[in-house]
Amino acid sequence: MTEAVLTTSNARAPFFARYNASPIQALALAAVALFLIAFLIVPLVRVILVAFTDEGRFSLVHFGDFLRTSLLRDAFWNSIYVASMTVVVASLIAVPLATILARFRFPGAALIHTLGVVPLVMPPFVGAVAMQLIFGRNGSINLLLNDWFGFRIPFMEGLNGVIFVEALHYFPFILLNLSASLSNIDSAMEESAQNLGARGFTLFSRIVFPLAMPGYVAGAALVFVKVFDDLATPLLLNVTSMLAPQAYLKITTVGVADPMGYVISVIMIVCSLGAMLLSALVLRGRDFSTTQRGGGGLSRRRLGRLGNALAIAFVVVTLLIVLSPHIGIFLLSIATVWSFAMLPDAYTLQHYVTVYREAAPMIGNTMLYCGLAGLIDIVLGATLAYVVLRTRLPGRRLVEQVAMSAVAIPGLVLGIGLLRTYYDVKLPISGESLATFWFMLVIAYAVRRLPYALSAATAALQQLHVSLEEAAESLGAGKLRVLSRIVVPLMTGGLLAGFVTSFATAAVELSATLLLVARAPDAPLSYGIYVYMQSAAGRGPGAALGVIAVVVVSIATYAAYKIAERERGLKSREVF
Amino acid sequence: MTRGVTIDRVSFGYGATAVLDDVSLDVARGEFFAFLGPSGSGKTTLLRLVAGFGKPGNGRILIGERDVTGLPPWSRNVGMVFQSYALWPHMTVAKNVAFGLERRRMSRAEINRKVAAALELVGLTAYASRRPSQLSGGQQQRVALARTIVIEPEVLLLDEPLSNLDAKLRVEMRSELKLLQRKLGITAIYVTHDQEEANAVADRIAVLDQGRIQQIGAPTALYDHPANRFVATFLGTANLIEGRIVNGNFSGGGLVLGGIGGPDGPACISIRPQDVTLGTPGLGAAATVEVYEFLGGVVRYQLRMGEQRLVVDMAHRRDQQAHAVGSAVGVSVDPQQIAVLR
Repeated sequence: MTEAVLTTSNARAPFFARYNASPIQALALAAVALFLIAFLIVPLVRVILVAFTDEGRFSLVHFGDFLRTSLLRDAFWNSIYVASMTVVVASLIAVPLATILARFRFPGAALIHTLGVVPLVMPPFVGAVAMQLIFGRNGSINLLLNDWFGFRIPFMEGLNGVIFVEALHYFPFILLNLSASLSNIDSAMEESAQNLGARGFTLFSRIVFPLAMPGYVAGAALVFVKVFDDLATPLLLNVTSMLAPQAYLKITTVGVADPMGYVISVIMIVCSLGAMLLSALVLRGRDFSTTQRGGGGLSRRRLGRLGNALAIAFVVVTLLIVLSPHIGIFLLSIATVWSFAMLPDAYTLQHYVTVYREAAPMIGNTMLYCGLAGLIDIVLGATLAYVVLRTRLPGRRLVEQVAMSAVAIPGLVLGIGLLRTYYDVKLPISGESLATFWFMLVIAYAVRRLPYALSAATAALQQLHVSLEEAAESLGAGKLRVLSRIVVPLMTGGLLAGFVTSFATAAVELSATLLLVARAPDAPLSYGIYVYMQSAAGRGPGAALGVIAVVVVSIATYAAYKIAERERGLKSREVF
Repeated sequence: MTRGVTIDRVSFGYGATAVLDDVSLDVARGEFFAFLGPSGSGKTTLLRLVAGFGKPGNGRILIGERDVTGLPPWSRNVGMVFQSYALWPHMTVAKNVAFGLERRRMSRAEINRKVAAALELVGLTAYASRRPSQLSGGQQQRVALARTIVIEPEVLLLDEPLSNLDAKLRVEMRSELKLLQRKLGITAIYVTHDQEEANAVADRIAVLDQGRIQQIGAPTALYDHPANRFVATFLGTANLIEGRIVNGNFSGGGLVLGGIGGPDGPACISIRPQDVTLGTPGLGAAATVEVYEFLGGVVRYQLRMGEQRLVVDMAHRRDQQAHAVGSAVGVSVDPQQIAVLR
């Protein structure tokens, strides 16, 4: 009887009360959805449609062409090979580092934690040229090897170069995820196994490895996808026989109408989503977090004298290799000439002067575009997080998933989609195409970086207990006042961190940028580095710009980290 | 009696699950009322409905003579103290307390005066400029209280307010709460799952289980005259004995008790552990000691009488010898102390 009464009364309840939402919140959700439809879904659908149609009808003929072209088949296998090998090489760096860090106490352990993240602040394409000067056929290392031992190692030959550069850049993804997983293992897990008689390899293979797996898989999948989608690094290393460069070349040389670029795009999306899905499948039901109250990761051992020396040697060598792109790019930026030599012939600050004279507008553009993109991201992210967590509006989860899926969409593909969709839309006054209007870059950045801001906003809001809002309501504050006095102030730190992350990662985006920049005055910093780096004479200024980009991104990343740290401190001291 | 809060045939559910089923009760103005029940009984949901968090599927809620059923939380003028205190970490103690006053068209000086008065009332004057995170649990609790009473709400709602404090502080705070409520003369509703707490603070208690009110009454009335098996066992320990009443005499579980009264037919009686007297075998019904527990002031026995088990508490005296496990004892009960359950 009660049920019947309840159901009818619920059915009578007005729409918005039923979903615990106000009309304004419903409108906000619709606005976010509209943004995603216009700038993510429609461009993607457009790309897929073009790939599957021929003369206005559904057709697989373009995919047939793809398979028949040996150049493209090779490109496909090369992309798979490079992405997989990068995961392997990155694992070779990250897994020992993570294990040593989790297992042993030794001087300098904290240093790796910091330096291990450093590669992420420099996009791989920036360091690529410097890497050739250090590890290339006639680079510093090979010149030394040749002098002393009479042989060279082809670090940078063809695909090797891409793998090497990408692995050095992306290994932190594995290091960070694996370290997080390892530190989430309660020492009681290990101790109870030891108590039951397990040790050595059994202990590792039955307890530690399975518990740490999720972190490794998550990191490895991310590396695979990032490398598979990267356009700029292979282009700068003159490797064109991979999928992303092929798509880019088709679109830029043959034209927006050439279907092959779209076919490659579809294949890239499928592979990206496939890798993500595969890792999700592997991880399903394995989200172990075993830390109990007071637990704190595996027990760490102190090393003996020899162990200490070995560990430190490994760490130092690894870090030297890892930091070589940074060192290289810095040397390059202050070198007069650096060719066929261990080190530059002489040093100068001329490149910075050149950059200051020629490229100042680019820095301004980057600040403008990425600032706007970050702003759009936190507004959309915070709105969406609020609607998802605080209302029961239908479709809110779907919108969230669509927003998050932008992570798996290659920038190149989004760029192609936006170009194709908005190429024929003309701006009212200037008559310029909307696709090549500078604001389209802002939108592309915003779409691609929205997942970061959304995660940050969601995390911030999740830590904000509903009772904090309810307490304000019961003291007489309406929804708007609760939002402005309680919710927004308490989320500020999280939102700021989200903004900075969006800003910093957008500042070094190049895939979509390469496609959407139409005129030099509109170009951002990342585009400038790319253009400079293509000519031998431009390397110096290019490197100087790269150093500037690294400094900007480092400061931003450090700020984000500090903000997050302070927030955590505030939260942990929170009432309860 | 002047009405404080009236809950009139309220039902509430999520989808097909009923959380509250046809709940009615009246709280008098100035009364300290408690909702008591196990987790999942619907007591917190009911309190939240009074505060305006959620709308009843059916029924009405009145504060004084005012029907507030459709009103949002911010126009009800009820003060709620949350289990987690819900202090805003980004505001000082004074800012937290002042929040509810800011919208009420008061001068700055007036607000400051009221905040100071509220903080003095809870003894936290010296802490006005601290952040909540710099206070102890008990102090946070007081801030939450001050923040709520400063707006002079018509009703004070307390959702398990003491559950995050340690045992000693809990006992102190509850008598303080009671004194404060008396001093302010405010109507209060207190949600708890702790019967001792409810007994100590409340003028009257509503016992809830599975979304229904089981019984409403003063603490002693509930203890002495439980309406049903749930109330009898939830409030204190009770021996429930199933049997029959014939001509005012109860028989069941190996016991025969005269002078019980009540209509003839199947019946269940409740006997409190301290109302049973143990004697030498032969005096009263025969029983065997199965378990003996020394609890300090009392000794608790578990006896077996045929199929029936009986919990008995005896006051402990210095150097007194207890009945050993396995020994035979005689059991007798004063019929005056027996409650017949419906």
